[in-house]
Amino acid sequence: MKIAVCIKSVPDTEAKIKVAGDSKNIDTADVRFITNPYDEFAIEEALKLKEKFGGETVAIAIGGNEATEVLRDSLARGIDSAIHVKDAELENLDPLSTAKILANVIKEGGYDVVFCGQQGVGGDNSAVPSMLAEFLDMPQVAMTVKLEVTDNKFKAEREIEGAHEIVEGNLPALFSAQKGLNEPRYPSIKGVMAARRKEIAVKDANALGVAGNFSADKRKMRLKQMVMPPERPQGKLIDGDVDTQAKTLVKLLREEAHVI
Amino acid sequence: MAQGILVFIEQRNGQVRKSSLEALSEAARLIGNVGGSVSAVVVGQNVKGLTAEISKYKPAKIFVVDSGDFANYSTEGYAQAVTEAVKKADPAFVFSAQTSMAKDLIPRVAARLDAPIATDVTEIKSEGSSLTAVKPMYSGKAYGVYEFASPLVFLTLRPNRFALAAADAGHQAQVEDLAVAAGNIRAKVGEVHAAKGQTIEVSEAPIIVAGGRGIKGPENWPVLQNLCDVLGAALGASRAVVDAGWIDHQHQVGQTGKTVSPQLYIACGISGAIQHLAGMSSSKVIVAINKDPEAPIFKHATYGIVGDVLEIVPKVTEELKHMNGKN
Repeated sequence: MKIAVCIKSVPDTEAKIKVAGDSKNIDTADVRFITNPYDEFAIEEALKLKEKFGGETVAIAIGGNEATEVLRDSLARGIDSAIHVKDAELENLDPLSTAKILANVIKEGGYDVVFCGQQGVGGDNSAVPSMLAEFLDMPQVAMTVKLEVTDNKFKAEREIEGAHEIVEGNLPALFSAQKGLNEPRYPSIKGVMAARRKEIAVKDANALGVAGNFSADKRKMRLKQMVMPPERPQGKLIDGDVDTQAKTLVKLLREEAHVI
Repeated sequence: MAQGILVFIEQRNGQVRKSSLEALSEAARLIGNVGGSVSAVVVGQNVKGLTAEISKYKPAKIFVVDSGDFANYSTEGYAQAVTEAVKKADPAFVFSAQTSMAKDLIPRVAARLDAPIATDVTEIKSEGSSLTAVKPMYSGKAYGVYEFASPLVFLTLRPNRFALAAADAGHQAQVEDLAVAAGNIRAKVGEVHAAKGQTIEVSEAPIIVAGGRGIKGPENWPVLQNLCDVLGAALGASRAVVDAGWIDHQHQVGQTGKTVSPQLYIACGISGAIQHLAGMSSSKVIVAINKDPEAPIFKHATYGIVGDVLEIVPKVTEELKHMNGKN
């Protein structure tokens, strides 16, 4: 079984975000980059499938130098090889462009399964997996929380509002991973050592045959400006004994805030 | 030339989603700037009856794709139906609510039509006939303002962020049946299992009561659930208690959980880790109840109570019941 996992390097979820001077990027000065948390579930599921069926797992990331680290991390967890799409022209892509480039990389590989995280924490789009499935002409299950594969058939559970949907079909297929799918393993010391020897294939826009196609002026969606959320006004602390606090809160919610 | 706005109206079990009607209301507000007219599309089996309700939010036309092929949601079947509706309506924009169906479906349709998509949009601004979309990034730690260079643009709108227009029972939209063959559906939906004990969905709820470590143990969820019941609220949770296995991930609010914008968010025993604040800080009114007066959540709260959640919440519930009884 040949399995591709699309991963992304994102700021640590505990990081404070500040907008950089250009108003289009974040200030990365004090920010640690990590593997996108949802991609960890995708990596784990790929490793589990390989353990069951044998075959090959490949991690794919688009990005600058920070992507090297997360690719090394996935190799340390047990992924077999890595492809790094690295080109200044391909930075800060919108979901449509990202999906097209990933499809370009994945198409020739003959993959049985493609995994993605259900969203990248950052752009928070949740759009790339479905777009990628369309470009790969594969069936998909977004927000997968359970997956069983037998004889090239899959049975997946996906999260919907207040319920889980059971989706069945045949491979090849694409799954986007949601929290709950599995418990991601940590890289072992042995894995970290082995990862150093594994090769990361670096491809630029020329190698992919897309030079000039995804330059900023060709993109259909552009980030005009990044802004910080508005500051919240100073709140009120409610004093008194428990009865008074409860009564005061209900009164304020009803008569001042008008929300109940 | 592409003109107007088409709104995808989501229904499950014959129920139109309120967040879809919010998207339709926003389309009606913007149409004067965009030009053309507002149309809607609803897909399913026996959904024609829903056009009366949709009509109240003033689309000029409603496309109905009604067939046994669409009895259950499937990505490929619905993508085919919505794609056909987009081709028929030829709009400049397609709106949808940002729901789990939309996350699966709408980007697939956008890709099929080679169009860009901005998801989980919280504000739409018009500049002439073009629209820019504002959406949270990093779970609301920052906001991105996006512009588009495309004759067709897809926007999915965050529930509870766009006001529902007043229903106009007198408005009669034109209804057009659209015959669509679902084609080869390779991933089929079989059963649907209701999630355990979940009555109101966090991402769409106008009021959320959320619990963290301060509730001391999973045996105390009923204390919060009682308050939810009185308020008609959804039960939310911090990452800490989800990771501790006290409650299912579907309840998690914050980065790596759900980002929410309710009218009222009551944080019970939640200290306010940056990941949690990211997911709920755009709530209109925030109430924080926590024993630790230094907890970061108080910096974000509209109203704060320093104290034990397990003492205060039952009193608040009692007071609300008392108040409701008097009405």
